[in-house]
Amino acid sequence: MQTNKEKELIFEMSKPGRVAYSLPESDVPEVELDAVFPAQYLRKQPAELPEVSELDLMRHYTGLSNRNHGIDSGFYPLGSCTMKYNPKINEDVVRYPGFAKIHPYQAEETMQGALRVLYDLQAELSEITGMDAVSLQPAAGAQGEWAALMMIRAYHESRGEKRTKVIVPDTAHGTNPASAAVAGLETVTISSDEQGNVNLEELRKVVGADTAALMLTNPSTLGLFEESIQEIAEIVHEAGGLLYYDGANANAIMGIARPGDMGFDVVHLNLHKTFTGPHGGGGPGAGPIGCKKELVPFLPRPQVVKEGDTYRLDYDIPQSIGRVKAFYGNFGILLRSFVYIRANGPEGLLRVSQEAVLNANYMMRKLAPYYDLPYDRICKHEFVLSGRKQKKLGVRTLDIAKRLLDFGYHPPTIYFPLIVDECMMIEPTETESKETLDQFIDAMIAIAKEVEENPTIVQEAPHTTIVSRLDEVTAARKPVLRYRKPAEENAVRKAEGSQANEGALV
Amino acid sequence: MNYRYLPMTTEDKQEMLSFLGLSSVEELFADIPEAIRFQGSLQIPIALSEPETVRHFTKLARQNVDSSEYAYFLGAGIYDHYIPSTVNHVISRSEFYTAYTPYQPEISQGELQAIFEFQTMICELTGMEVANSSMYDGPTALAEAANLAVGGVAGKNVIVSKAVHPEAREILGVNAKAQGYEVIEIGCKGGVTDLEALEQAVNEQTAAVMVQYPNFFGAVEDLASLEKIAHQHKSLFVVSANPLALGVLQPPGAYNADIVVGEAQPFGIPMQLGGPSCGYFAVKEKLMRKIPGRIVGQTVDQEGRRGFVLTLQAREQHIRREKATSNICSNQALNALAASVAMTALGKRGVQEMARLNVQKTQYALRELAKLDNCQLVYHSPVFNEFVLKVPKSVGEVNRELLRKKIVGGYDLGRDYPELANHMLLAVTEARTKEEIDALVQGLGEIGRAN
Repeated sequence: MQTNKEKELIFEMSKPGRVAYSLPESDVPEVELDAVFPAQYLRKQPAELPEVSELDLMRHYTGLSNRNHGIDSGFYPLGSCTMKYNPKINEDVVRYPGFAKIHPYQAEETMQGALRVLYDLQAELSEITGMDAVSLQPAAGAQGEWAALMMIRAYHESRGEKRTKVIVPDTAHGTNPASAAVAGLETVTISSDEQGNVNLEELRKVVGADTAALMLTNPSTLGLFEESIQEIAEIVHEAGGLLYYDGANANAIMGIARPGDMGFDVVHLNLHKTFTGPHGGGGPGAGPIGCKKELVPFLPRPQVVKEGDTYRLDYDIPQSIGRVKAFYGNFGILLRSFVYIRANGPEGLLRVSQEAVLNANYMMRKLAPYYDLPYDRICKHEFVLSGRKQKKLGVRTLDIAKRLLDFGYHPPTIYFPLIVDECMMIEPTETESKETLDQFIDAMIAIAKEVEENPTIVQEAPHTTIVSRLDEVTAARKPVLRYRKPAEENAVRKAEGSQANEGALV
Repeated sequence: MNYRYLPMTTEDKQEMLSFLGLSSVEELFADIPEAIRFQGSLQIPIALSEPETVRHFTKLARQNVDSSEYAYFLGAGIYDHYIPSTVNHVISRSEFYTAYTPYQPEISQGELQAIFEFQTMICELTGMEVANSSMYDGPTALAEAANLAVGGVAGKNVIVSKAVHPEAREILGVNAKAQGYEVIEIGCKGGVTDLEALEQAVNEQTAAVMVQYPNFFGAVEDLASLEKIAHQHKSLFVVSANPLALGVLQPPGAYNADIVVGEAQPFGIPMQLGGPSCGYFAVKEKLMRKIPGRIVGQTVDQEGRRGFVLTLQAREQHIRREKATSNICSNQALNALAASVAMTALGKRGVQEMARLNVQKTQYALRELAKLDNCQLVYHSPVFNEFVLKVPKSVGEVNRELLRKKIVGGYDLGRDYPELANHMLLAVTEARTKEEIDALVQGLGEIGRAN
């Protein structure tokens, strides 16, 4: 049950003497801690962790879960995030003791089943993307981007070339330029043309002897396939640069077009998007990277290899960029994605992409009479609308998003990509039924009518959620980032107050 | 084959296509040039039904040795610990695991509050003022700490102890190369960081001094002395700490650490081949606005009710793009939740009790192993739940013999430290029984003896 009352923090429920754990009595002869450690090493003040019973704990977290919207709760058309159904069998398989209770450093001969999963997944993701090899090590898309950019750097350096610029279209995810920066490379942003494609003229102007790579999401974050991709590849390759594929939107192209065949040299995939590793409330994800032959020597180490019938970890990759994450990647997420690929096979994956694209086009055309459609062409797995029309009536896209909450939906991605005014980016995914799409379409139309007839109801939304709009400005200006006991809180305030006074005296 | 995740019927498809004025789905891909269209069928195995999937993966899982049947004395960063049942029940609630980053706070209060509580628990354990919502893992968190310390300033270096996890140092090296700073490694003396060598290496160019607590060899570093050296030239003092050990040991915050990072895996996260785990990142308040990753803050709604939001986002990639403090986007939210539930279940008393049990079991193993004449304990600094043992044969051979007794032995230190060939790092957690420890001691005692 959901109530509009404030939810207690677990710390506020705490009562000394209550426990929610059960550890065995020690079965070995006891020694005093101060006989093991010098007195100054021992903790003086215990950490103030909660003290609750097991039922208190379950009620607390069940209460929190009731204050959260997931895919199983309702439609979640968050563009570029591919919020598709998370299969339950995946969750079961990762909990098998033979997968959950294995240690990364146990002998290779004792983890052949796990290594086989990794080896086969490397091969299958290579096939799906049209690449020659895949590393499963990166923990998330952003880490995959960074690792792949480091490979690109190493590749150019190995050829004695100093190339420092990464070209990024203005529609790119924020992680692209950020990853380039943390890879020690410089970003050059280029604009998109009226059709939402890369502006070729501008691209021709900026490529050159310093171009390390062009990073491209295809279909783009506008949900559009880059029609001139072959020409783009030619321009970049002729200048000596490499082509990087951001796989955030791979859900549109499985079995239809492969980055490797489009001319891309390197790719990352977000397994938590296309391949149903659950999003987990914001992770853990997995961001494998794939590459063409020329870049294979630079892959992170170790790689999983097969010799005869035996799988093993190969660390002998002399030109490798090294390691970007401990152990072998987020095995639990990789395994879920592998189970998903098994459940679909080649035919299933093709249908996934076809139906994701059909759903998106259907929805786009249904909504076009009510909202501005900035790019009037076939879309892929997602599309963008603009709230320009509604803005003129005093209603912002943010308001529309908040109003959707009253209808029980998670809103689309909003204000991204940055180049579309009052942007809404909608991705229905293939796992939603036509009835769900129709109901969401009806809600969007109803809101468009409200904007014309009763804008206040939209501007003041949401009306039915457990909290209303939250004060984000104060949250950032006077950050409260942790709980403190009331007595402790007062002491901190007092200390801050006296500091402020001292400041005033100076 | 039926595809149970695909609800579109032939009738649905027809209705949608006819609304779009199309005759086939193919027409929706007309924007993809013919030359780059994929021909044929992907060369991957055909779909399995649900029962076939279960059978297939049950078989694969059985090809692995796991801790439900073997006694693990293997640690080196990932440990076999007690996981309260409640953890799996909470993280299996699909409102948590099927949600994404809480961009819409009104319908994400559950996740946001859970992370706020996680941040608080990490602050409590480490003795720090501010913690973020989590990082990929402990080693990447350490590298992010170095990036923060250097802050893009040319000519800076970071100093890291060789008693920091070798994989963490390797990741640090890749980061340093990326951003153009130098990493100086400081050796060890008696299994702990060499204070004299450190003192000689630190100078004005040192952005950070980084150590692990307990260190890779299991020993408890002398943080008080390290801190003095680190702060001589105003470097940041960065400590990578096992949060469970902080149930008995003074937290790094008490030693004036500037950044504390680490791995929350000991709390409620299965070993699962080392990932996903959950890194944490905690700082002094003065570094709050430089911290990487998502942070949750408390605020109020329009009616004045307490609520939580993602905050201080001006640091992050989706706002700052190439000027962001880090490229990290998602965190490890679900594992941070698992860790929170475990820390709640254990609570104030349980964390101390579990940490203490680790010490007791380890001390017992040390006492018993000291009686063997074919193995030697090489270091004598106090340890938490891991230690180094010299064995009479190669670690690989020793472990193969132990495996026959259903024991998974220690980590081969010769992999990273050539001078420590035939030395293994053994971990003894609260999950090990006296009987299992005795079997380990007996098994090791038999190594190299004639049958």
